Amino acid sequence: MMSNMPSGGAGRRRSRSTSVSYLEFKQIGKVFPGVRALSDISFQVDSGRVHGLLGENGAGKSTLMKILGGEYRPEEGELIIDGQVRSFGRSREAIDAGIAIIHQELQYVPDLSVMENLLLGHLPSRFGFVSKRAALKQVGAQLQQLGVDIAPDALLKDLSIGQRQMVEICKAIFRDARIIALDEPTSSLSHQESEILFRLVRELKAKGKVLIYISHRLEEVFALCDSATVFRDGCKVADYPRLADITREELVTRMVGREIKDVFGYQPRTQGETRLEVEGMSGRKLSEAASFSVRGGEIVGFFGLVGAGRSELMQLVYGADRRDAGEVRIDGRPLKGRGIRDSIESGLVFCPEDRKENGIIGCLSVSENINISCRRHYRQGYFFVNDSSEARTAEGYIKLLRIKTPGRQQKIRYLSGGNQQKVILSRWLAEQDLRVLIIDEPTRGIDVGAKNEIYSVLFEMAAKGVAIVMVSSELPEVLGVSDRVVVMCQGRITGELRRGEANEQNVLSLALPAGKTADRAAA
Amino acid sequence: MTTTTQNVPGKTMAKSKTGIIKYLDEYSLILIFLALFALLSFSVEYFFSLDNMIGLALSVSQIGMVACTMMFCLASRDFDLSIGSTVAFAGVLCAMVINQTGSIVTGVAVSLLAGAAIGFINGVVIAKLRVNALITTLATMEMVRGMAFIASGGQAVGVSNTAFFTIGNTMILGIPSPVWITIVCFVVFGIMLNKTVYGRNTLAVGGNPSASRLAGVSVERTRIYIFLIQGAIAALAGIILASRITSGQPNSAQGFELNVISACVLGGVSLMGGRATISGVIVGVLIMGTVQNAMNLLNIDAFYQYLVRGGILLTAVLIDQLKQREEND
Repeated sequence: MMSNMPSGGAGRRRSRSTSVSYLEFKQIGKVFPGVRALSDISFQVDSGRVHGLLGENGAGKSTLMKILGGEYRPEEGELIIDGQVRSFGRSREAIDAGIAIIHQELQYVPDLSVMENLLLGHLPSRFGFVSKRAALKQVGAQLQQLGVDIAPDALLKDLSIGQRQMVEICKAIFRDARIIALDEPTSSLSHQESEILFRLVRELKAKGKVLIYISHRLEEVFALCDSATVFRDGCKVADYPRLADITREELVTRMVGREIKDVFGYQPRTQGETRLEVEGMSGRKLSEAASFSVRGGEIVGFFGLVGAGRSELMQLVYGADRRDAGEVRIDGRPLKGRGIRDSIESGLVFCPEDRKENGIIGCLSVSENINISCRRHYRQGYFFVNDSSEARTAEGYIKLLRIKTPGRQQKIRYLSGGNQQKVILSRWLAEQDLRVLIIDEPTRGIDVGAKNEIYSVLFEMAAKGVAIVMVSSELPEVLGVSDRVVVMCQGRITGELRRGEANEQNVLSLALPAGKTADRAAA
Repeated sequence: MTTTTQNVPGKTMAKSKTGIIKYLDEYSLILIFLALFALLSFSVEYFFSLDNMIGLALSVSQIGMVACTMMFCLASRDFDLSIGSTVAFAGVLCAMVINQTGSIVTGVAVSLLAGAAIGFINGVVIAKLRVNALITTLATMEMVRGMAFIASGGQAVGVSNTAFFTIGNTMILGIPSPVWITIVCFVVFGIMLNKTVYGRNTLAVGGNPSASRLAGVSVERTRIYIFLIQGAIAALAGIILASRITSGQPNSAQGFELNVISACVLGGVSLMGGRATISGVIVGVLIMGTVQNAMNLLNIDAFYQYLVRGGILLTAVLIDQLKQREEND
């Protein structure tokens, strides 16, 4: 541990003069069962520099940070710190080597004070008793020195998320970490809090630390980082040793610049009258009332980064969450009520994002999962289920959508993800009067072949006049399947683009938060 | 794609297709019961006699009735501890109303309504106000028991109208009426579980509440009904008990809820929800009754009976756990 902490000045001088970087990733590769997450990642970061990592959701940035933090062990390549090849089996080893990773999900003890969180494991004690007063004084002085205005005796749970993040960064500083990685640090910070964070980052940089900065906000990256690496699909696509040399547009192109082949089987359809109209929808997670409409036979893709509010909006439309205001009309008629049942009875249905948690009922059969909603159409004498109709429905859809199952009585949890998704689609196809389908992340966790089958089901439904809203975080999917793309960012709709005019650049620039951080970049 | 997607169901198919083993697995509980029954028939004197069989059935009749509704409650991932108190309160209330009004019908109706009301309150607090079922029914268990004591002044309430005793003490075709009522409950609730939308929704709600809600099942209403019916059936059990013992006793049916839950769990009802069969519950109730009966015939000290009952329950749950683990792998 001591060997990793030479005095900052000496380390910096040596790395400058010999041009050996303090931190180096060398041909790192990581494979998960069935998926390659990273391949051949190489880049270096010098002491006293801030290095940005850029890329779409799922490009592999977080995986690389987990390798640095000792959570994953890479199958290929080497991690070189201060000239030594290191391999961490546990996060403890990475911490001892002077690495601090500040994740998006913070790790702290909510019921302990700021002081206790900062000194956890190193509380000063006398004869085995913690001397609280001395510790508070010590921490208070250190926080003041850093310019962080947080009382050392405040409980973590009483702090704002921004302040908690600050505590987390202070923890890294207190530990005298040499390498500090920040994963989307400003996503939940206010403007002032962000300013303090930026100042801290610059101070750490001046002290000769190695900083890695991950953010979707390009303005911040331009304002803070000296160099940057762009990731796409687990590969390094570009390395910028001097970030000052390039423009924002070039960076965005690099982040997404992948050719979209028409593997989706899109064919133009005739579109009918407006089927779904959503007006002034507002709720807790939306920063602005949302309005949009979808025609019969039209597929509208909703794109946005994680946390943009797309799923939340759809939950409101479906009636799964309480609306503050807003109206949903189907074929010009407002829904009868605000509940899920009212939506289904008006022909508005919803396939949720998390199939396992909110879609399937794992311990029940395929047939039960298909018939759960539509059985009300053929129950007998109000109470009794009609077994033969249910069996016919289940068998029909198993054949129609080619659901791979030994039989309709098989428990759904034994089916693959793609087949489970088909069962849930069958559930709604079996509705007698289906008018609007909202589907959230239709192909998440589904293998490539089954993806195309899901797309073709969506296209067939659209061809029959169903209005489809497809929420997706996969940009190629949104562009390849949709007739129109609606983009959301930070809880509001930021733009709308027709097929043909939508491309990766303009969709992504609508999805990236801007404006708020622009003045900061100028400063 | 085809290889991977076929793989998953294929594997489980191969696993579930091991003929006799699977058959044994499925009916293991019934086989255990039959083996136990046969063993006791040969080894315990008087066990296999008509009188003893009728006595056995009578002794589990109250548990049997309420186990039917407890099955729904557990299958929907809920819990009800208040039924023992409801049994006692319903008995006391029924006796008091009959003494006041002289009408047996009024007494029975008021008790059933009171039981349903207790269940309704449980259901609303749990489903609408989202209070944990264990805590809610623990609280109502105490409150309802308190109401039984307050109403009766802590004394048994004797019934003056002797016609009331016929409810629990009539023999029909040589079988006592409480046993008939229990059989009717098994049939009715068995059909409800397997053939009605309500029963299917109960299993769906227990299997995955949020998915059921998004699929359009009225989760809250289903849960409230489950508790409401449970309360009414517990009251029915209380009325029959009062009729059999000719009075409403405020301290009766202590620990009754645990016997009922034990019977259900013995019958393979999953506490995690989503899994229940009426045949399992019947066997669970019979195992409870048979063991109790045999221990009485063998003159085993009541104190040791507690140990045996607890041991059987724990064994049943462990076997079930092992079966589940196998299934999930």
